[in-house]
Amino acid sequence: MIKVQRENFDVGDELAALCANRQNVGAVASFIGLVRDVAGPGELSAMTLEHYRGMTEKQLQRLEADALQRWPLDRVLIIHRYGRLLPGDQIVLCATTSAHREAAFTACSFLMDWLKTKAPFWKLEEVGGKSEWVEAKDTDVEAAAKWNENR
Amino acid sequence: MKVLYFAWLRDRVGITDEEVEPPEEVTTVGELIDWLAQQSSGHEEAFADPAIVRCALNQEYVKAHEIFSRDDEVAFFPPVTGG
Repeated sequence: MIKVQRENFDVGDELAALCANRQNVGAVASFIGLVRDVAGPGELSAMTLEHYRGMTEKQLQRLEADALQRWPLDRVLIIHRYGRLLPGDQIVLCATTSAHREAAFTACSFLMDWLKTKAPFWKLEEVGGKSEWVEAKDTDVEAAAKWNENR
Repeated sequence: MKVLYFAWLRDRVGITDEEVEPPEEVTTVGELIDWLAQQSSGHEEAFADPAIVRCALNQEYVKAHEIFSRDDEVAFFPPVTGG
């Protein structure tokens, strides 16, 4: 399931809903991304996430389908927020459920690596009264590419 | 045809989207970038380094050699930074 939303989310509620009445599920893995107060040289006061409505959902749905095909998962949940967020705020929740832990852990890691290079989101950081677009990292591209090598 | 801009490409072009009518000989995404870059000083600045500009046709990633259709939704944006 994919949710792209402005509102915050409750991790406990979301994970409980993901596993409700799924007695074949023995493992839930999750990743939560938060806004840090550090941005390059200065202290970050806020961050605005912009996205390409429509394409974001399309790309995330494809990632979900890809993960479900590659690992024996029961379910996938990705919630990604947009709009203006403050340090400590939740940005993203990625959760996977499976019979056993290995598939859940691995697929969760795969989804986050690909999300960072495929989902059309952009971060605008506010530091010292100035706004700067975050630059993409080569390390993120390399992290995603390793999943193709492992195929 | 409709062209969308996101993040710093939008800041530089100065608009979120526009209707454009490129000449017939402009057929690939790369040629469209070259043509758009000539439309204003903002466009020129946005497309100054085409190698870092990402393009989507109908919300799917494409490379510069891809041929577009006049009824495609074309979007230009920087490398993504979500998560």
